[in-house]
Amino acid sequence: MKFADFICFEAIIPELKARDRNGVIAELVSALYKADRLGKGKGNCEEIIKAVIKRENEASTGMGKGVAVPHVKHKAVKDVLATVGQSSVGIDFSSLDKRPVYSVILIISPVDNPDKHLQVMERIFKHLQVEKFRRFLRQSKTAEEIEDLLREADENPSL
Amino acid sequence: MQAEENTLEKVVCETGVEIKNAEGLHMRPAMQFVDVANRFECDITVSNNENNVDGKSIMQMSMLAATCGTKLKIKAEGADAQQAVDALRELVEERHFDEPTPDERKKG
Repeated sequence: MKFADFICFEAIIPELKARDRNGVIAELVSALYKADRLGKGKGNCEEIIKAVIKRENEASTGMGKGVAVPHVKHKAVKDVLATVGQSSVGIDFSSLDKRPVYSVILIISPVDNPDKHLQVMERIFKHLQVEKFRRFLRQSKTAEEIEDLLREADENPSL
Repeated sequence: MQAEENTLEKVVCETGVEIKNAEGLHMRPAMQFVDVANRFECDITVSNNENNVDGKSIMQMSMLAATCGTKLKIKAEGADAQQAVDALRELVEERHFDEPTPDERKKG
Protein backbone atom coordinates (compact mmCIF):
# COMPACT_ATOMS: atom_id res chain seq x y z
CA MET A 1 0.00 0.00 0.00
CA LYS A 2 1.63 3.26 -1.13
CA PHE A 3 0.66 6.87 -0.51
CA ALA A 4 0.01 7.16 -4.24
CA ASP A 5 -2.69 4.49 -3.85
CA PHE A 6 -4.88 6.52 -1.52
CA ILE A 7 -3.78 10.16 -1.35
CA CYS A 8 -5.75 12.45 -3.63
CA PHE A 9 -2.93 14.73 -4.76
CA GLU A 10 -5.35 17.25 -6.30
CA ALA A 11 -6.94 17.79 -2.90
CA ILE A 12 -3.75 18.62 -0.99
CA ILE A 13 -3.91 21.98 0.79
CA PRO A 14 -0.43 23.37 1.45
CA GLU A 15 -1.70 26.23 3.61
CA LEU A 16 -5.06 25.73 5.27
CA LYS A 17 -7.28 28.78 5.51
CA ALA A 18 -9.16 27.57 8.57
CA ARG A 19 -7.64 28.23 11.96
CA ASP A 20 -9.82 25.88 14.03
CA ARG A 21 -10.09 22.11 14.08
CA ASN A 22 -13.61 21.79 12.67
CA GLY A 23 -12.89 24.35 9.98
CA VAL A 24 -9.82 22.39 8.92
CA ILE A 25 -11.82 19.18 8.72
CA ALA A 26 -14.48 20.89 6.60
CA GLU A 27 -11.83 22.41 4.35
CA LEU A 28 -10.13 19.07 3.71
CA VAL A 29 -13.34 17.13 3.08
CA SER A 30 -14.51 19.91 0.74
CA ALA A 31 -11.24 19.64 -1.16
CA LEU A 32 -11.93 15.94 -1.75
CA TYR A 33 -15.47 16.80 -2.83
CA LYS A 34 -14.20 19.43 -5.28
CA ALA A 35 -11.76 16.85 -6.66
CA ASP A 36 -14.85 14.82 -7.48
CA ARG A 37 -14.02 11.95 -5.17
CA LEU A 38 -17.11 11.92 -2.96
CA GLY A 39 -19.83 11.44 -5.51
CA LYS A 40 -22.42 13.88 -6.82
CA GLY A 41 -24.41 16.19 -4.61
CA LYS A 42 -23.17 17.92 -1.50
CA GLY A 43 -24.98 15.47 0.79
CA ASN A 44 -22.05 13.11 1.20
CA CYS A 45 -19.66 15.99 1.76
CA GLU A 46 -21.69 17.43 4.63
CA GLU A 47 -22.39 14.04 6.15
CA ILE A 48 -18.71 13.18 6.09
CA ILE A 49 -17.69 16.47 7.67
CA LYS A 50 -20.15 15.88 10.52
CA ALA A 51 -18.99 12.27 10.94
CA VAL A 52 -15.30 13.19 11.09
CA ILE A 53 -16.01 15.90 13.66
CA LYS A 54 -18.07 13.45 15.72
CA ARG A 55 -15.25 10.91 15.64
CA GLU A 56 -12.75 13.60 16.56
CA ASN A 57 -14.90 14.61 19.55
CA GLU A 58 -14.90 11.02 20.79
CA ALA A 59 -11.11 10.87 20.88
CA SER A 60 -8.57 13.28 19.45
CA THR A 61 -6.51 12.01 16.55
CA GLY A 62 -3.85 14.55 17.40
CA MET A 63 -1.25 12.09 18.49
CA GLY A 64 1.41 14.61 19.24
CA LYS A 65 4.48 15.84 17.37
CA GLY A 66 2.39 18.29 15.35
CA VAL A 67 0.32 15.76 13.40
CA ALA A 68 -3.32 14.71 13.38
CA VAL A 69 -5.11 12.00 11.41
CA PRO A 70 -8.86 12.69 11.50
CA HIS A 71 -10.70 9.83 9.85
CA VAL A 72 -14.05 8.18 9.33
CA LYS A 73 -15.64 5.27 7.49
CA HIS A 74 -18.32 6.20 4.95
CA LYS A 75 -20.21 4.61 2.10
CA ALA A 76 -19.26 7.43 -0.28
CA VAL A 77 -15.90 5.75 -0.94
CA LYS A 78 -15.18 2.26 -2.24
CA ASP A 79 -11.49 2.53 -1.51
CA VAL A 80 -9.51 4.41 1.09
CA LEU A 81 -9.20 8.09 0.22
CA ALA A 82 -7.04 10.68 1.95
CA THR A 83 -5.60 14.12 1.65
CA VAL A 84 -3.06 16.31 3.42
CA GLY A 85 -3.43 19.83 4.77
CA GLN A 86 -0.80 21.97 6.45
CA SER A 87 -1.02 25.00 8.66
CA SER A 88 1.98 27.18 9.35
CA VAL A 89 0.26 28.80 12.33
CA GLY A 90 -0.81 25.55 13.99
CA ILE A 91 -4.27 24.26 14.88
CA ASP A 92 -5.58 23.21 18.26
CA PHE A 93 -6.53 19.54 17.95
CA SER A 94 -6.52 18.83 21.69
CA SER A 95 -3.45 16.76 20.99
CA LEU A 96 -2.00 14.27 23.40
CA ASP A 97 1.10 16.42 23.90
CA LYS A 98 -1.03 19.59 24.15
CA ARG A 99 0.82 21.19 21.25
CA PRO A 100 -0.54 22.60 17.99
CA VAL A 101 -0.93 20.54 14.86
CA TYR A 102 0.84 21.60 11.68
CA SER A 103 0.15 18.60 9.40
CA VAL A 104 -3.26 16.98 9.04
CA ILE A 105 -3.90 13.80 7.10
CA LEU A 106 -7.63 13.26 6.66
CA ILE A 107 -8.73 9.73 5.76
CA ILE A 108 -12.06 8.36 4.55
CA SER A 109 -12.28 4.57 4.46
CA PRO A 110 -14.91 2.27 2.99
CA VAL A 111 -17.45 0.92 5.45
CA ASP A 112 -16.90 -2.78 4.98
CA ASN A 113 -13.17 -3.15 4.56
CA PRO A 114 -11.38 -2.74 7.88
CA ASP A 115 -8.22 -4.40 6.57
CA LYS A 116 -7.72 -1.72 3.91
CA HIS A 117 -8.17 0.97 6.53
CA LEU A 118 -5.52 -0.70 8.68
CA GLN A 119 -3.09 -0.99 5.76
CA VAL A 120 -3.38 2.74 5.22
CA MET A 121 -2.91 3.44 8.92
CA GLU A 122 0.19 1.28 8.92
CA ARG A 123 1.68 3.22 6.02
CA ILE A 124 0.82 6.61 7.46
CA PHE A 125 2.07 5.91 10.96
CA LYS A 126 5.21 4.20 9.76
CA HIS A 127 6.28 7.49 8.19
CA LEU A 128 4.73 9.91 10.67
CA GLN A 129 6.82 8.58 13.48
CA VAL A 130 10.04 9.39 11.64
CA GLU A 131 11.12 12.87 12.70
CA LYS A 132 12.79 13.53 9.34
CA PHE A 133 9.58 12.77 7.47
CA ARG A 134 7.50 15.05 9.71
CA ARG A 135 10.07 17.80 9.28
CA PHE A 136 10.17 17.48 5.48
CA LEU A 137 6.39 17.46 5.41
CA ARG A 138 6.14 20.58 7.52
CA GLN A 139 8.77 22.33 5.40
CA SER A 140 6.86 21.64 2.18
CA LYS A 141 5.25 24.85 0.99
CA THR A 142 3.36 23.77 -2.12
CA ALA A 143 1.07 20.91 -3.05
CA GLU A 144 3.73 19.73 -5.53
CA GLU A 145 6.37 19.57 -2.80
CA ILE A 146 4.05 17.56 -0.57
CA GLU A 147 3.25 15.21 -3.45
CA ASP A 148 6.96 14.80 -4.24
CA LEU A 149 7.69 13.97 -0.63
CA LEU A 150 4.95 11.34 -0.47
CA ARG A 151 6.03 9.76 -3.76
CA GLU A 152 9.60 9.69 -2.53
CA ALA A 153 8.49 8.06 0.72
CA ASP A 154 6.80 5.40 -1.40
CA GLU A 155 10.12 4.67 -3.13
CA ASN A 156 12.27 5.02 -0.04
CA PRO A 157 10.77 3.33 3.03
CA SER A 158 13.39 4.75 5.38
CA LEU A 159 12.21 8.30 4.78
CA MET B 1 30.77 3.93 47.58
CA GLN B 2 29.99 0.82 45.68
CA ALA B 3 26.74 0.89 43.74
CA GLU B 4 24.29 -1.56 45.22
CA GLU B 5 23.05 -4.38 43.10
CA ASN B 6 19.42 -3.96 42.39
CA THR B 7 18.01 -6.58 44.70
CA LEU B 8 14.55 -6.43 43.15
CA GLU B 9 14.19 -9.12 40.54
CA LYS B 10 13.59 -7.87 37.10
CA VAL B 11 10.38 -9.66 36.29
CA VAL B 12 9.83 -10.47 32.66
CA CYS B 13 6.43 -11.66 31.48
CA GLU B 14 5.40 -12.56 27.99
CA THR B 15 2.16 -13.62 26.47
CA GLY B 16 0.71 -14.22 23.05
CA VAL B 17 -2.61 -12.60 22.18
CA GLU B 18 -4.85 -12.66 19.17
CA ILE B 19 -6.77 -9.65 17.89
CA LYS B 20 -10.42 -10.66 18.02
CA ASN B 21 -12.47 -7.57 17.24
CA ALA B 22 -13.65 -7.38 13.64
CA GLU B 23 -12.14 -3.97 12.89
CA GLY B 24 -8.71 -4.90 14.19
CA LEU B 25 -6.22 -2.66 15.94
CA HIS B 26 -7.29 0.69 14.51
CA MET B 27 -6.66 3.92 16.32
CA ARG B 28 -9.31 3.68 18.99
CA PRO B 29 -8.24 0.24 20.30
CA ALA B 30 -4.60 1.26 19.96
CA MET B 31 -5.30 4.19 22.26
CA GLN B 32 -7.07 1.95 24.75
CA PHE B 33 -4.07 -0.36 24.73
CA VAL B 34 -1.67 2.51 25.32
CA ASP B 35 -3.86 3.90 28.11
CA VAL B 36 -3.80 0.56 29.93
CA ALA B 37 -0.07 0.06 29.28
CA ASN B 38 0.75 3.48 30.70
CA ARG B 39 -0.82 2.56 34.04
CA PHE B 40 2.14 0.32 34.71
CA GLU B 41 5.76 1.10 35.52
CA CYS B 42 7.25 -1.76 33.53
CA ASP B 43 8.53 -1.52 29.97
CA ILE B 44 6.12 -3.00 27.48
CA THR B 45 6.94 -4.13 23.98
CA VAL B 46 4.54 -5.56 21.44
CA SER B 47 5.64 -7.58 18.43
CA ASN B 48 4.17 -8.93 15.29
CA ASN B 49 6.43 -10.91 12.99
CA GLU B 50 8.07 -7.82 11.55
CA ASN B 51 8.12 -5.12 14.19
CA ASN B 52 8.78 -4.59 17.87
CA VAL B 53 7.05 -1.50 19.14
CA ASP B 54 6.73 0.37 22.38
CA GLY B 55 3.37 -0.58 23.86
CA LYS B 56 3.14 2.81 25.53
CA SER B 57 3.47 4.84 22.35
CA ILE B 58 0.29 5.58 20.41
CA MET B 59 2.26 6.34 17.23
CA GLN B 60 4.00 2.99 17.35
CA MET B 61 0.97 0.94 18.39
CA SER B 62 -1.11 2.54 15.62
CA MET B 63 1.57 1.55 13.16
CA LEU B 64 1.10 -2.13 14.01
CA ALA B 65 -2.38 -1.81 12.50
CA ALA B 66 -3.05 -5.46 13.28
CA THR B 67 -6.03 -7.00 11.51
CA CYS B 68 -8.55 -9.31 13.12
CA GLY B 69 -6.90 -12.70 13.60
CA THR B 70 -3.37 -11.32 13.89
CA LYS B 71 -1.28 -12.77 16.68
CA LEU B 72 0.88 -10.43 18.71
CA LYS B 73 3.39 -11.00 21.47
CA ILE B 74 3.30 -8.75 24.53
CA LYS B 75 6.41 -8.57 26.69
CA ALA B 76 6.61 -6.66 29.94
CA GLU B 77 9.74 -6.05 32.04
CA GLY B 78 9.61 -4.65 35.52
CA ALA B 79 8.17 -5.15 38.95
CA ASP B 80 4.54 -4.99 37.81
CA ALA B 81 5.08 -6.95 34.60
CA GLN B 82 2.61 -9.70 35.52
CA GLN B 83 -0.20 -7.27 36.28
CA ALA B 84 0.48 -5.40 33.05
CA VAL B 85 0.39 -8.54 30.93
CA ASP B 86 -2.81 -9.70 32.63
CA ALA B 87 -4.54 -6.37 32.12
CA LEU B 88 -3.51 -6.16 28.47
CA ARG B 89 -4.50 -9.75 27.75
CA GLU B 90 -7.91 -9.09 29.25
CA LEU B 91 -8.37 -5.98 27.10
CA VAL B 92 -7.33 -7.69 23.88
CA GLU B 93 -8.73 -11.19 24.21
CA GLU B 94 -11.60 -11.00 26.67
CA ARG B 95 -13.00 -7.54 26.12
CA HIS B 96 -11.79 -7.31 22.48
CA PHE B 97 -11.45 -3.59 23.05
CA ASP B 98 -15.23 -3.47 23.75
CA GLU B 99 -15.88 -3.93 20.04
CA PRO B 100 -17.77 -6.69 18.24
CA THR B 101 -16.06 -9.81 16.94
CA PRO B 102 -16.84 -10.81 13.34
CA ASP B 103 -19.56 -13.23 14.57
CA GLU B 104 -21.14 -10.64 16.81
CA ARG B 105 -21.12 -8.16 13.97
CA LYS B 106 -23.00 -10.55 11.68
CA LYS B 107 -25.72 -11.11 14.25
CA GLY B 108 -25.97 -7.47 15.28
